[in-house]
Amino acid sequence: MNKKTSTSAYLNSIENRLNEFFTMIAGLWIFSVQFFRYVFVPPYEVYEIRKHMNELGIKTLPIVSVTGFIIGLVLAMQTQPVLARFGAEAYLPGSVGISIVRELGPVITALIFAGRVSSGIGAELGSMRVTEQIDAMEVSAVDPFKYLVVTRIFACTFILPILTVYVIFIALTGAYIAVVLVQNMTIEYYTNAVLYSVEFGDAIPGVAKTFVFGYIVGLVGSYKGYTATNGTEGVGRASTTAVVVSSLMILIFDMILVKITLWLWPTF
Amino acid sequence: MVEIINLKKAFNSYIVLDDVSLSVEKGENLVVFGRSGTGKSVLLKCMVRLMEPDSGKIIIDGKDVLSLNIKELNELRKQIGFLFQSAALYDSMSVRQNLEFPLIRHFNFTPEEREQKVISVLEKVSLVEAIDKMPSELSGGMKKRIGLARSIITEPKLMLYDEPTTGLDPITSKEISYLILELQKSLNMTSVVVTHDLLCAEIIADRAIVLNEGKVQYQGSIPELTSSNDPFLKNFFSHEFIKENNQVN
Ligand SMILES: Nc1ncnc2c1ncn2[C@@H]1O[C@H](COP(=O)(O)OP(=O)(O)OP(=O)(O)O)[C@@H](O)[C@H]1O
Ligand SMILES: [Mg+2]
Repeated sequence: MNKKTSTSAYLNSIENRLNEFFTMIAGLWIFSVQFFRYVFVPPYEVYEIRKHMNELGIKTLPIVSVTGFIIGLVLAMQTQPVLARFGAEAYLPGSVGISIVRELGPVITALIFAGRVSSGIGAELGSMRVTEQIDAMEVSAVDPFKYLVVTRIFACTFILPILTVYVIFIALTGAYIAVVLVQNMTIEYYTNAVLYSVEFGDAIPGVAKTFVFGYIVGLVGSYKGYTATNGTEGVGRASTTAVVVSSLMILIFDMILVKITLWLWPTF
Repeated sequence: MVEIINLKKAFNSYIVLDDVSLSVEKGENLVVFGRSGTGKSVLLKCMVRLMEPDSGKIIIDGKDVLSLNIKELNELRKQIGFLFQSAALYDSMSVRQNLEFPLIRHFNFTPEEREQKVISVLEKVSLVEAIDKMPSELSGGMKKRIGLARSIITEPKLMLYDEPTTGLDPITSKEISYLILELQKSLNMTSVVVTHDLLCAEIIADRAIVLNEGKVQYQGSIPELTSSNDPFLKNFFSHEFIKENNQVN
């Protein structure tokens, strides 16, 4: 009897979770459609978008700088002995450069951005929702979706690629420092070697996918915050689940986008 | 101005508004009483469609609110001011930005005219010195007054006040009540005021209703209601309000 109730409670909780999951998928889809419907409709809240881009940039710059530098440094330190075993140290700049430009730079930046920004947006919009600020905006005949959500998604979409390019340069610098610690290599040689092996075709898809990642961070954060319920507890939940969901979605979309790139341009 | 017919609103199976009908004349101040949790806030929110009622009809300024599309609804909302029970100030904006927010979007004022308007409503709620403060720097009562200033700055035809004087000291509370009265006189504003403050109600009310069990159970002038012999009203007006002359036993 006891066992049976616990089983059914368990099934019930699975059902609730599935329900929540599909509600979220549908919600994200609706938010996406709404975003593209509104983003081209005036009035454009240019001031808001600029403000958000500034804030997001300032908020994430220190942490992505440190992380980018260390990732580049460690990656080169780890790769160096492996290549040395085959006497292939000369390939170090190229192989490290390709990893950073194609995969590590974009994905690490996006994941950090997700942790910092989607939680922030979730909490911000969540508290606006539970303290009736969003309702107040609605009754003042200003569309809160357009003013709060569209501007944030837009800002995230366009700030993340800029951050990514910056992180790639920082990481390459980190890698160079790791290299000169163990072997002689001039900065000119290093730069040339990186530029020689990293082609434009590596950089374009690498940076292009971060538009998608930025969009995901803005979308998930806004969705979780905008639909928050249950007072302050709901605000906390909105902010943590936003991080989890957006990080997962970034990894899943990374997989899909890499596959698509390889399929479209097999030479890469 | 406002006509509500057989309004019904339930949350899942919990019926909050069962069958509410009321009407407010143009230029009239209607006070809504009711115990905590009887659905006064819900009623106001239904009127501007922040909540969708389950059935019934709401007519404001000749328009059937529940059948408007979003564009028509926003046109109507520009004519309506709403003071939230929680004030609901935008906490990322200063007081000035809060007040300018509706002005920038719906009117073509020059920056000087806007400034003029902002100062003049702040004078009305006697908080000019708070103009550059952030909401987090204000006390609860100050927030309430800024919220009030924000909702009257567009000079709406209809104002919905959700407990405008709760949390204010007696003097400010009286000032706010007289402000509501003055708005009615000078702008011929129509108001629906939810309140527990009998003093405020006595100052502003042309008529009052009492919500109970999802219905409008009583209506009349304030003296009629307070002097009624009905057991519920007697109980309500002796316990809900603190008046110098009522003896609680
Ligand atoms: N979003 C909601 N979801 C579920 N139930 C709600 C919701 N909003 C209000 N209620 C319920 O509706 C009832 C009426 O709430 P309302 O806020 O209108 O009360 P009120 O009359 O304004 O009370 P007070 O004087 O305390 O402000 C309450 O019992 C509340 O539990
Ligand atoms: Mg209420």
